[in-house]
Amino acid sequence: MRVNFLARRRRSPLVGALLLALALIGVGAGYAVVSSAQPAVAAMGSQTQVEEGKRLYLEGCSSCHAIDGQGSQIGPTLIGVGAASVDFQVATGRMPLAAPGAQAVAKEPIYTPEETEALAAYVASLAPGPAIPTAEQLDYADADIAEGGVLFRINCAQCHQAAGQGGALTYGKYAPSLMEATPKELYEAMVTGPQSMPIFSDGTLPVEDKQAIIAYVKDLQDAPSPGGLSLGRLGPVAEGLFLWTAVFAALLGVAVWIGIKAR
Amino acid sequence: MTQTPAPDHLPAHAESGGLPVADIPHKLRVTDTDPKAARRAERQVATMFVLSMLFGIAFVVAYFAIDPEAVVYIPVLGEVGASNVVLGFTMGTSIFLIGAGAIQWAKKLMPDVEVVQQRHDMAAPTAETNEAAANYYRGKEESGFARYPIIRRTLIGAMALFPIPLIVMLRDLWDSPPGSPSPQEILSTTLWHDGMRIVTDGTYQPIRPEDMPVGTLVSAAPADLMEVQEAEHNLNARGKAAIILVRMEPDEIRAQQGDGWDYQGIVAYSKICTHVGCPIALYEHRTHHLLCPCHQSTFDLADAGNVVFGPAARRMPQLPIGVDEEGFLVARAGFAEPVGPSFWERNA
Repeated sequence: MRVNFLARRRRSPLVGALLLALALIGVGAGYAVVSSAQPAVAAMGSQTQVEEGKRLYLEGCSSCHAIDGQGSQIGPTLIGVGAASVDFQVATGRMPLAAPGAQAVAKEPIYTPEETEALAAYVASLAPGPAIPTAEQLDYADADIAEGGVLFRINCAQCHQAAGQGGALTYGKYAPSLMEATPKELYEAMVTGPQSMPIFSDGTLPVEDKQAIIAYVKDLQDAPSPGGLSLGRLGPVAEGLFLWTAVFAALLGVAVWIGIKAR
Repeated sequence: MTQTPAPDHLPAHAESGGLPVADIPHKLRVTDTDPKAARRAERQVATMFVLSMLFGIAFVVAYFAIDPEAVVYIPVLGEVGASNVVLGFTMGTSIFLIGAGAIQWAKKLMPDVEVVQQRHDMAAPTAETNEAAANYYRGKEESGFARYPIIRRTLIGAMALFPIPLIVMLRDLWDSPPGSPSPQEILSTTLWHDGMRIVTDGTYQPIRPEDMPVGTLVSAAPADLMEVQEAEHNLNARGKAAIILVRMEPDEIRAQQGDGWDYQGIVAYSKICTHVGCPIALYEHRTHHLLCPCHQSTFDLADAGNVVFGPAARRMPQLPIGVDEEGFLVARAGFAEPVGPSFWERNA
């Protein structure tokens, strides 16, 4: 049965295209495996890390951010952005960009954690900038969630929405949802201001305030949705729209059934 | 399915109902002609009612049996409370099946012949209309409404003037003891004045320029906001005085509303949209655009806060800033133009 199915279709013009696509995917995947299989040099000393980072930088980043990180027409300068910025952008897969566009989208990271560390060490060696936050800075266990909520609504909700679901900016850019963000990513984003986001420095938003905001976002992430279909937690507007479209359509269907004359 | 002209072949139950049957063709249903189909419809209706009972019992069982904290994964809905879903589904289905059964019963088994309902004429008889008109004309004649024009005109004048006291009382809608500022002054002034410290909104800490690297955004307020707010017991002062501070490279600032109103690249703008007054802090630090989420008005903070997109008609007012002797950011004057949306008495 199956053999017949294949035999009948093997001369189809689609088969050629399909085989070509498979071959291309195979070559690409093979290259990806081989190229990522090179073990990163175990970076124990900071200097070796910086050198390894420089090598990776020249290979993967310099085409946009220029040879010495001073930036170009298509990529901003990396001098002074600090290790936290590199860690955020590379570990969340936003950098390197898959394609130029309005938004750098989070995806599977391309570099291993060791390679990311090396890149961060190299960029940090260019000029001082925000460091990767320490475990102590990220410890939000004692933070005040209510205070975090107030600070979140004053400083973050305008773009990321009061429940952290994200929202639109201008010209196709958007503020992403915070529902998957880790405390480290939240902290790094606040101190470095990735893409369109402005900086919330430790001077104007001290570490305790950042911990409170992280505690609030973690609370939002863990909040259950017992009814399901939270509709972006936008509240009565989204729920009303849902009622007026989906539920109203169902009611109309029932009304039509009532009205149709029985045969 | 045979089409039969009425009233020759009406179903027996329609004739026995005693209602006058309309003189239009009536189509018989399958259940009217085929006793098997009628019994099937009967079974369908009864099945729906039995199912309704079963779902009702299932609700009671689920109410006691399911742990209210239990969470299950359901496609489309996601992670939901098991109790919520089961209780909602069983109760909803139970009541839906009662209604569906009743409708199926009415559609398939109850008589469906077209009947005539007798009604009165809508219009009143001519005699009554004439009498009403005669009453009106006699009233007009006897009251002398046409004969005494001075009475008629003064009455109209009195009624036209009566609403004026009601309108004047609207003036009390704003809190205005004698000698207090006019609405125009209230809407045109804020807490900002020369030397007023700028503090972070929410935490009320003074701000040093060194704490604001390029790209920083701070939502800020005047230092005496909380005192005023507690004294006035309202949020009006906050609504007018809210500002944002942003820092850019000094050479990125193309224009400002006054010479040197920035402090080393730090500029302060009102946080209140000039369109309809939404608070805005959607600042994109690479484009220096400030976007209002309500109606997409966009302001360019590197270009004197001018409108670059959207329905806002006026630029975002800028606050001149500097530092005091202790090195904290302060306002160097109040706003030069009213903040927020336009209002009736606003100049220009």
